[in-house]
Amino acid sequence: MELTGPAEVRAALRDVEYLADDRISQVVYLAEQLGKPILVEGPAGVGKTELAKALSTIFDRRLIRLQCYEGLDESKAIYEWNYKKQLLRIQAGGEEAWGSLEEDIFSDEFLLARPLLEGILSEQPVVLLIDEIDRVEVETEALLLEVLSDFQVSIPELGTMAARTQPLVLLTSNNTRELSEALKRRCLFLHIGYPTVEREQEILLARVDGLTEMLGEQVARVVSSIRDLDLKKAPSVSESIDWARTLLALGIDRVDSDVLDETLHVLLKYQADIDTARRELVEA
Amino acid sequence: MLLDVLTAFVDELREAGIPVSMVEAIDAADALRFTDIGDRDAFKATLGATLVKNERHYRAFETAFEVYFALDRSGPGDGTGEDAGGEDRPDRGEQRNRGPQGQGSGGGGGGDVDLDALRQALFDAMRDADMAALRDLAGEAVDDLAGIEPGRPVGGTYYLYRTMRQLDVDGLRSRLEASLTEDADGGLDERLGREEAAARIAELRSELEAEIRRRLVADRGREAVAKTLRKPLLEDVDLMHATRTDLVDLEQAIRPLTRKLATRLAQRRKRRRDGRLDFRRTVRRSLASGGVPIDPVFRAPRITRPEIFLLCDVSGSMATFSRFTLQFTYAMNAHFSKLRSFAFIDSLDEVTDYFAVGSDFGEALHRVSTEAKVVHLDGHSDYGRALRQFWEQHGHELTPRSVVIIAGDARGNYRSPHAEVLAGVRRAARGLYWLNPEPRAYWDTGDSVMGRYSVHCDGVFEVRTLRQLEHFIEQVALPVPSVRS
Repeated sequence: MELTGPAEVRAALRDVEYLADDRISQVVYLAEQLGKPILVEGPAGVGKTELAKALSTIFDRRLIRLQCYEGLDESKAIYEWNYKKQLLRIQAGGEEAWGSLEEDIFSDEFLLARPLLEGILSEQPVVLLIDEIDRVEVETEALLLEVLSDFQVSIPELGTMAARTQPLVLLTSNNTRELSEALKRRCLFLHIGYPTVEREQEILLARVDGLTEMLGEQVARVVSSIRDLDLKKAPSVSESIDWARTLLALGIDRVDSDVLDETLHVLLKYQADIDTARRELVEA
Repeated sequence: MLLDVLTAFVDELREAGIPVSMVEAIDAADALRFTDIGDRDAFKATLGATLVKNERHYRAFETAFEVYFALDRSGPGDGTGEDAGGEDRPDRGEQRNRGPQGQGSGGGGGGDVDLDALRQALFDAMRDADMAALRDLAGEAVDDLAGIEPGRPVGGTYYLYRTMRQLDVDGLRSRLEASLTEDADGGLDERLGREEAAARIAELRSELEAEIRRRLVADRGREAVAKTLRKPLLEDVDLMHATRTDLVDLEQAIRPLTRKLATRLAQRRKRRRDGRLDFRRTVRRSLASGGVPIDPVFRAPRITRPEIFLLCDVSGSMATFSRFTLQFTYAMNAHFSKLRSFAFIDSLDEVTDYFAVGSDFGEALHRVSTEAKVVHLDGHSDYGRALRQFWEQHGHELTPRSVVIIAGDARGNYRSPHAEVLAGVRRAARGLYWLNPEPRAYWDTGDSVMGRYSVHCDGVFEVRTLRQLEHFIEQVALPVPSVRS
């Protein structure tokens, strides 16, 4: 799908029920035009991963996801030789000359493409999501640089594999550690915070079937008020969606102190937070 | 032309402390090709995405952006009112005719009929959440009330307060609250109404600020205004001399840091391999490769939760800093199941309970200063006594999993430092770190005995800013000899 400007990006995202603000649509448009990765940062549950999924839908591209974790290495992120198969091949070859054998076992057939390699080798352009990049160690981060800036991977035995098509790359981070300058330099930076009341209301109306405008507004306002409290974990957008669904299921059409008191646990997951919210909002 | 402004803007960002590399500046220029320059939000998003790669710097970026690109929105100063069309509010044209005669309005403002009309119009705009009208009215208010004196090198806060005082913003706020909570039933509705009122007042304030800034820029030029508005980035604010507003922002910034410290300590636990081979699983896995153990499996290391002992000097000279460290303590509680905190001046007392999860920070702080037995004699720091007390009362609780962090300036008022106590602490605990809020150059001058203590510590850090605190956290994550438990 061709997009001619940020307004179109926004409209397309809206069609798949992702409500972008100006900043998001502009950055997505730039990333598409400039072929640069987007580094998406923000608290948990504001729709960082969701954005990648929405983009894969509107561009009609496959989504390849690399979930990062501590200890993730090259062989899990980029590629790995299939040792076991290679070993079997050597055993099966018997007396075969080493020269031809070597050529054979270091070919595509024995290469296990991990998400990053898969992403750049794909015939069809893909959306590549590198989730929670802040979880890997700094050293591993460096491995990604070649992929992100040149869209290529160097495999000693095979040479350099260049991208056949340019993937749209999204990296997400919860900011548990500072990412390296080199990585940041290569990316467009996009911070997604909690939405404004108006935007959250729109999100709720789009995502929750049967929600009335009035209830949507109330939910958005109460949630935004709760986020201002001093909490261990502020309610995310997904939790406010859950809350709206809960209210609907309970047949409630208006939020008051009693309703809030009974359903707070949907929004807040720590007892201490629930106590704080109850003290501030319900008993006030 | 645009390129010149962009270069100047990038220079300003660098002056403000935001690291903008050459490549990023080029990226920004490149990205502008795909940006509708007429759309200010898009323009801002483009510059933000290419030039600022850390959300904490975004506010400094916004300030600079407001200064550099304020004029692009519409004509400076008086140009704004015209296109908005003022028929619906007759008082506006009237006001404009008076022209900017700010100086006099300080005294005569109160009895002015126009002022009442302006207040009413502002109130209406805020009540109806009519942002366009609010913006126009803010322009008028600044024209009439701020009394901007050309050429004066100020940042505009003075003008802002002058305008707000004359508008009687507090009065507006109460009226707005009353009107928004009018048909509220129940406490919840009322609270939401009040918050809404506060948000709209904040909106007014920021519009006023923007208007004043616009006039200052027109008067003195971008560079000069940007320079007066420039503030140190949050991570560079000196904690010993932080202002009240800085402290509030710092409190916000601390929370992710504690999470970082928690993940750091956790990472170190998990990352190191125990090294012992898991024989059974290795053999099991080797079956897939014809019995050759090409993929050995190691036992996962046992995960141990670190215990943190935090000792904090709360004497008068450390007031701002100790508030900060206690805030840090408070925030850390969320991440460490075993965090014990102690406060001392010349006597040491455990304050862990005050900062328990779910407690209120302000209240906890109050309890530290009133309930905790931190004063023995005269309320001057006595590190030697406090440390000895810690060792005697809590020394036996230290284990090879404990990390001890001491926060203080090591100024013991020439009393005996008892540094030998720390040697014992270090032997008993896994790590001992000292955070000193004084510049390194001042250590060991006067009554500071940092040097006596530092030889016993695993690390001594100058922590005067958030940046340095972050540095400490990164350092603590460096591997130390592992501990078998």
